[in-house]
Amino acid sequence: MTHTSDQVTNRIKDMDAGVLHTRELNALLKNATADGTDKVILHNVCGQRYIGTGISKPVTIEVNGTPGNDLGSFLNGPTIIVHGNAQDGCGNTMNEGEIIVHGHAGDITGLSARGGRIFIREGVGYRAGIHMKEYGDKKPVIVIGGSAQDFFGEYMAGGIMVLLGLNIQKGDKHNTRYVGTGMHGGVIYLRGKIDADQLGKEVGSAELDQDDQRILKELVEQFSAYFDLDAYRIMNHDFTKLFPLYLRPYGRLYAY
Amino acid sequence: MKTYLPSMFIVERDSDRCIQCKVCVNQCSFNVHSFDASENAVVSDEKNCVGCHRCVVFCPTGALNIRRNTLDYRDNYNWRPENIEDILKQAETGGVLLTGMGNDKAYRVYWDHMVLNASQVTNPSIDPLREPMELVTYLGRKPDRIEFDSHTHKLTTVMPPQVRLSLPVMFSAMSYGAVSLNVQKSLAKAAEQTGTFWNTGEGGLHSSLYKYAANTIVQVASGRFGVHSDYLNAGRIVEIKIGQGAKPGIGGHLPGEKVTAEVSHTRMIPRGTDALSPAPQHDIYSIEDLSQLIYAIKEATNYEKLVSVKIAAVHNSAAIASGIVRAGADMIVIDGLRGSTGAAPKIIRDNVGIPIEMALAAVDTRLREENIRNQASLVIAGGIRNSGDIAKAIALGADAVYIGTAALMALGCTACQQCHTGKCAWGICTSDLALTKRINPEIGARRLSNLLRSWAIELKDILGGMGINALESLRGNRLHLRGVDLSDTEMKILGIRPIGA
Repeated sequence: MTHTSDQVTNRIKDMDAGVLHTRELNALLKNATADGTDKVILHNVCGQRYIGTGISKPVTIEVNGTPGNDLGSFLNGPTIIVHGNAQDGCGNTMNEGEIIVHGHAGDITGLSARGGRIFIREGVGYRAGIHMKEYGDKKPVIVIGGSAQDFFGEYMAGGIMVLLGLNIQKGDKHNTRYVGTGMHGGVIYLRGKIDADQLGKEVGSAELDQDDQRILKELVEQFSAYFDLDAYRIMNHDFTKLFPLYLRPYGRLYAY
Repeated sequence: MKTYLPSMFIVERDSDRCIQCKVCVNQCSFNVHSFDASENAVVSDEKNCVGCHRCVVFCPTGALNIRRNTLDYRDNYNWRPENIEDILKQAETGGVLLTGMGNDKAYRVYWDHMVLNASQVTNPSIDPLREPMELVTYLGRKPDRIEFDSHTHKLTTVMPPQVRLSLPVMFSAMSYGAVSLNVQKSLAKAAEQTGTFWNTGEGGLHSSLYKYAANTIVQVASGRFGVHSDYLNAGRIVEIKIGQGAKPGIGGHLPGEKVTAEVSHTRMIPRGTDALSPAPQHDIYSIEDLSQLIYAIKEATNYEKLVSVKIAAVHNSAAIASGIVRAGADMIVIDGLRGSTGAAPKIIRDNVGIPIEMALAAVDTRLREENIRNQASLVIAGGIRNSGDIAKAIALGADAVYIGTAALMALGCTACQQCHTGKCAWGICTSDLALTKRINPEIGARRLSNLLRSWAIELKDILGGMGINALESLRGNRLHLRGVDLSDTEMKILGIRPIGA
């Protein structure tokens, strides 16, 4: 019994997710990518979770419809393109690969990511990028076109987050609060205005230096290319750099 | 600020025996002993002494003795020396008191209030030296029913993944960073030699330990340190750590001093930064969320691994455990009040959680009442000291136990509670390379294997005495237990009868 009509064309496969259970869909997806297929296009995705999880190769997975939670959790190589919104836990603990969402994403986007890149065209929910980390050349990146809910970059230990706020009206400021609470690594580039009392007490803010500008420009160009936006117009704006004030925010908490 | 803290220990050096060889100077990592060249004598600064007894054991002439400084303040049951000293420490630092090891307070140890049965006359006891005895335990979800092909008599039910333990004892999670690599190597080797498992803790899996994959449990905790696809697929069991008996509800901070180059590589975080494990896992705020992570791990490992969930024993463990089983876990670990730690706030360690005996009895009873006991294996941890405790735990309903402190004691640990300082003179709970080499993994593994071998023989003796030849017949068989000096309520929770009844 299968609801899928696997059509192999130039190593691209189409699959109908329809009413398949998460486990069935992912089994078919793993199977479909096992033979050197470059790209799988999923249609009618309807809440199935963990799409792309457990596939350790650089295939492309296009998602049409609404994927469920934990899209690309533990992602290890694939590129996932979502034509729609992602839910909670998108890119949870991802290691390598890319997630590109032509819409919004929910809470804890990129939780504990250790590598790879996430691009969200619109906004994200609470605690995006919480506890992202980095080591050596493994440096996760999250770029968000819209705005974010509270605790953006909480506990951040590494990597780069970019919050563009393209939906924020002129004169308005970001509404995310407790940004970078517990932050002890990494950097956040934020386009537009934010007040000091919206930041966690472990967070410092500064203007971007040349290195920052170079890094930001590359990321904004990649973001703009994915969503057909004008990188120059996005960059031609005030940005703030947010960084951890201490590498060891809790170093002086204890008595021995 | 002048410290008002008196020395906790008194160093006694027998000058007739001391040959000024400086072994104590080299062995002490707390700078107690030093050589005074002007006096040509080894001297001791006892205010630094933590009572680990490393110098006593290594003194070649037996010249040293360490005694507790009993601090004969005026008698006061409420203001005991410990209370006074804790206040002094906090008055002098303004910090949270940090400590290592498990709860050392005089909460009732229920193992000591339960006795085991033996056969006399009406049921013959078995001599384990001459008759086969079975300690093998399979961990993993057991189906509600099994079916066989009527012709071939072969099993037709597809079994969920199972792992085989040759005895019901595994090594608790102790992360690389908290303990040294040589300790993890000792544990991994011993697990391989003995046919059981060791657990990575949440510090990732060092590349040199991937070869012990068949005997490895990998842990996923709130810090997600070193967690990636290869890591998840390396072991046989993936354990989601929600809580720890020594610090229920509390996260972990591996101090930057312990994050050396190798530790940072394995954890995949920069060297010298604090490794912060948040108190909650931020993708788990409910049983439904837990289920989501369980199945994320199953998807990432092709449903080939057992997924375990470890919680601390707290007031409502039974209901939580029921939720964990329904969330899809193949194994539940409950870590009791006396469970140990590499570092925890003392006030949490000493006051939060419940004894494992009660939690175990309550969880096993609850899962049986709900007819879901078969759906997950039940493993307990937290203060298991000997094979007697293990037999009692099995009789109360555990499938297996984890040992942490007992395993470290096999390597030399004397529970001096200095794990959080990173200065462990026994070379166990430290990342200082000069100290970690004090553990030789070959010898460490032999000591651990010897311990497990001894306990296996003792367990067989206990079973044989009961007239039982397989551990499975003791599992959850509470009729083999009787309570000594326990209240009716305590016995009701434990599900046992009093002695003589």
